[in-house]
Amino acid sequence: MLKNRRSLLILTLLLAIGMVLGACGSSDGDSEDAEGSGSDNSNGEEAAGDDFSVAMVTDVGGIDDKSFNQSAWEGLTAFGEENGMEKGQGIDYAQSTSDADYNTNLNRLVRSDYNLIYGIGFLLAPAIEEVADQNPDTNFGIVDSVVEKDNVASIVFKEHQGSFLVGVAAAMKTESDKVGFIGGVDSDLINKFEAGFRAGVKSVNKDIEVKVQYAGAFDAPDDGKAIASNMYSQGIDVIYHASGGTGNGVFAQAKDLKQNDADRNVWVIGVDRDQHEEGQINDTNVTLTSMVKRVDVAVQDVSTNAMNGEFPGGEVVEYGLEDDAISVATTNEEAMTDEIKTAVEDWKEKIVNGEVEVPSTIDEVKEFEDSL
Amino acid sequence: MGFLDILQSIIGPAIFFSAPLILTAIGGVFSERSGVVNIGLEGLMVMGAFVGIVFNLTFIDTFGSWTPWVSIFVAMIISAIFSIIHAIASVTFRADQVVSGVAINFLALGLGLFLTKQWYGKGQTDMVSRPFYTTDVPLLSDIPIIGPLFFSGMYLTSYVAIAFAFVGWYVLYKTPFGLRLRSVGEHPMAADTNGINVSRMRYVAVMISGAMAGLGGSVFALTIALNFSHSTIVGQGFMSLAAVIFGKWHPLGAMGAALFFGFAQSLSIISSGVPLLQDVPQVFLLIAPYVLTILALAGVIGRAEAPKAIGTPYIKGSR
Repeated sequence: MLKNRRSLLILTLLLAIGMVLGACGSSDGDSEDAEGSGSDNSNGEEAAGDDFSVAMVTDVGGIDDKSFNQSAWEGLTAFGEENGMEKGQGIDYAQSTSDADYNTNLNRLVRSDYNLIYGIGFLLAPAIEEVADQNPDTNFGIVDSVVEKDNVASIVFKEHQGSFLVGVAAAMKTESDKVGFIGGVDSDLINKFEAGFRAGVKSVNKDIEVKVQYAGAFDAPDDGKAIASNMYSQGIDVIYHASGGTGNGVFAQAKDLKQNDADRNVWVIGVDRDQHEEGQINDTNVTLTSMVKRVDVAVQDVSTNAMNGEFPGGEVVEYGLEDDAISVATTNEEAMTDEIKTAVEDWKEKIVNGEVEVPSTIDEVKEFEDSL
Repeated sequence: MGFLDILQSIIGPAIFFSAPLILTAIGGVFSERSGVVNIGLEGLMVMGAFVGIVFNLTFIDTFGSWTPWVSIFVAMIISAIFSIIHAIASVTFRADQVVSGVAINFLALGLGLFLTKQWYGKGQTDMVSRPFYTTDVPLLSDIPIIGPLFFSGMYLTSYVAIAFAFVGWYVLYKTPFGLRLRSVGEHPMAADTNGINVSRMRYVAVMISGAMAGLGGSVFALTIALNFSHSTIVGQGFMSLAAVIFGKWHPLGAMGAALFFGFAQSLSIISSGVPLLQDVPQVFLLIAPYVLTILALAGVIGRAEAPKAIGTPYIKGSR
C-alpha cells in the first residue's frame, strides 16, 4: 500500500512538473522563432553594414497587450522605420510566457549581440539587474522602474503631470463636486499619482472634495469594486484609479451602475494606457479619459540617443509632458467635450513652460493646496 | 451618513464578496464530508473563472443576454470534469490528498494561463461585454428597511449562492444520499459493509466540489473581475477552505463563515466613511479580516470536529 501511495505521489508530482514543462515548451517555441530571426538579424547586419541593433523583452502581457509591451514595440518599430530596420533586421522582441522566461530571454538576446536590450515593465527589473551585471558590455533599458547599474538606463515617467491633467478633466466633468482617487498600494509611486490628481482638481475649483482611498493591492478587483461602490454611493461621480488589476473592479462597478440607470453620471479615469475599451457598456462608455504613459516615445528616444553614442547609462531618464511621453486620452469624444479638452491643453502648456510646478509627493500637494 | 446608509453600504459589498466563497465552501463541505481533503478548491475556482470568461467571450452572439448564466453553468460542468483528476489521484490511486490538491492548483492556473496565451496571444483575456449586473428584486425591494438593505442593487447570483447553501444542507442532512456521503467520510468500512460503494460516493463528492468551486470561480469572474488573468483568483479558494473549517463542515456554517469574511472585508473598505472607524489607521482595517479569521478559528468556534476518515484513502478489507 505504501508503495502504491508513493508511486501515486510521484505521479501527481509528475503531473505538476509536466504542466510547468508544458508552459516552458510553448515559450521555447516562441524562443526558437525569435532566435531564428535573431540569427537572421546578425546576417542582415553584416549585409547592411550597420552595427547598431535593439531588442526588447516583454513581460507576461505579450506583444499585443494594448499596454506597455505593445506600445514599446510600436516605439521600436518607429525607430526601425527611421533607420531602415525591420523585425529581425536590427530590431526584435522576445516574448515571455512566465516570470521564469525573463532571464532566459535577456541572455539569449545578449548572445545574439544586440547593443541595447529593453526590459518592458517593472517585473523585469530584477532580471535586468542580474543580466546587466553579468554582461557589462551590453546596454540595457528598463521601463517604469529604476535599476542602478552603469549599463542600464532607467526610463520612468512624470505620472504626476499626467495625473494633474486628468484631475483637471475630472474637476470639469463632476456635477456633484466630489471626485475620488483609488490607489493600489500606498507607496511613493502611487502617491505621485494622488498628488498630481489632487492638485489638478483643486486648481480648477478648490471647493471640490477629493476622496482618497488605497485598496492595499494591485490585484484585488473585489476590493476595487467595493471601494468604488462606496464612493459612488456617497455621490462621487468621477473616480481616477491608479491600481492596476484592482481597477477592473472599479470599471465593473461603474458599468453596473450605468446598466441600471443609463442617465446616471458615473465616470472612471483609466491609467497607464487608454482604458477606453474597459469602459464600454452598451452604446456608452464610462471611461472619461486615461492618463497614458507613452512608452513608445520613450523607447524611441532612448534608442536614438544610444545609436548616436549618447546612451544614458546609469541614469534615470524622466519623461514627461514636455517630451509628449505623457498624454491624456481623448477617445471618448462624447465625454471629453471641447471645453474640457481646451482646459487640459491650457494647463498642459502651463506645466510645460514651467508656470505651474506639479507636486509629486503628499507633502508637496498639501503645500500646493494651501497656496491656492 | 445615517446608520441605515452605513449598514446598506456594508451589507451590499459584503454579500457580493461572499457569494463566490459561499458556493466554493459548500463544494468543499461535500468533498471533505466524504473524507477527501480538497486543497484544490483554489485551482477549481481558477478553472471556473477561466471557463466562465472564455465561454462568455466566445458565445456572446449565440446566447445574447443569457450568456452569463450559460457561462457559469458550463464552468460548473468543466470544473466538475476537471476535478475528476483529484478524485482519480486521491480515491483510486490513494495518493496523498494534500499533494494531489496542490497539483490541481498548479495545473489549473498553468493551464488557464497557457490557453489564454494560445488563444488570445496575451497574458489576460479581454473584458467580457456581458457580465452579471445588479438588480432590484421586484416587490421585495419596496419593503421598508429590509428592502433597501437586502433586495436592491444585488446580484441574483448572490441569492443563488445562499439558496445553494440550503440545498446543500438539505441534501447532506435530509436525504439518503447525504447520509451515505457523510458515513463514507466518518467510517468508510462500516459504510462499505452496508453496501455503499465508497469510491463512487467519494468520486461524486469530489465532482460536486468541483462543480461548486467552478460556479464560485465563474461568479467571481463575471461579477467582479470581468476578465481572466493570473490575478483573477488569488486566495479566494483558500478563504473558502477556511470557511469550511470555520463553519465546522456544515453547509450553513460554511455560508455563515463566508458571509462573515465578506462582512469583515467590506467593513475594512467602508470604514473610512464611518464616524468612529475613520480615525483608525487604514493598515489595521486592511488586516482586520484576516486577524478576525485567526481569532475566530483559534478561540470562538471551539473545537472543530473534522470528519473522522478525512484524508485517509479507503482500502477494502483493511482494518
